Amino acid sequence: MSTKVYAGTEVPVNDEGFFVEPGQWSEDMAPEIAREAGVGDLTDRHWQVIRFMRAEFAEKGTGPTVRALGKTSGVSVKELYQLFPKGPAKLAARIAGIPKPRGCI
Amino acid sequence: MSDKIEKVSIIVSKGSLEGIYPALIMANGARAEGIEANLFFTFFGLDAVHKARHEHIKLATVGNPGLHLATWAGGLPGVSTVMTRYLSHKMEELDIPPIPEFVEMIADTGAGLYACQASVDLFGLSKEDFIDQVQDIITVGEFYELAAGGQIIFT
Repeated sequence: MSTKVYAGTEVPVNDEGFFVEPGQWSEDMAPEIAREAGVGDLTDRHWQVIRFMRAEFAEKGTGPTVRALGKTSGVSVKELYQLFPKGPAKLAARIAGIPKPRGCI
Repeated sequence: MSDKIEKVSIIVSKGSLEGIYPALIMANGARAEGIEANLFFTFFGLDAVHKARHEHIKLATVGNPGLHLATWAGGLPGVSTVMTRYLSHKMEELDIPPIPEFVEMIADTGAGLYACQASVDLFGLSKEDFIDQVQDIITVGEFYELAAGGQIIFT
């Protein structure tokens, strides 16, 4: 466990950089996390995924799988991998300040 | 050499449900972790990308001791169909897609899908028999070129 400073606020994160307390996340932190995660500048399409992740997490307590994202977020699986080449579910979850999804699919 | 796996090439050699799914799950899981992935379909594994057959992949109910079913019972007409339907239903509940959708999704993740030249010749098939996501029919030598620098997994 360590801490990071995003948008001027210190927050605890786990070894892989995921928020320990999703409630501490705010939208102005996302661009800094994205840069750190190697995603670069966030476009509207990135934001559509990030907001969808937050909404899903708020409703279900867990982030969606790539399959679910592709079907319901309005961003196709192909585009998800273009936006987040190193793994959409994992990277979008990290940028959205929610726990890493643990599913096998 | 870094400890992290950067690339995997997965060979799918079996045409049964339990022969195909592990490879698909590993390929999809690799992409989800940002690992480069290639799938190489050979022998009966070609059924997973065969237009007319990939919707009809069945669980092996004969010669499959893991089912804990008497061999004679597994061979009765319809048993394989019923067991396949049961398992598919359980998979759907766990958000595991059916094989055709899963293969398409894996192609969308950017993984490469290839058919084995020797098997294609052996079964008298051609590129038209396969789903569009199959990028090419390649030789074993070309497969090794593609797989260079990564891990190879045989299933």
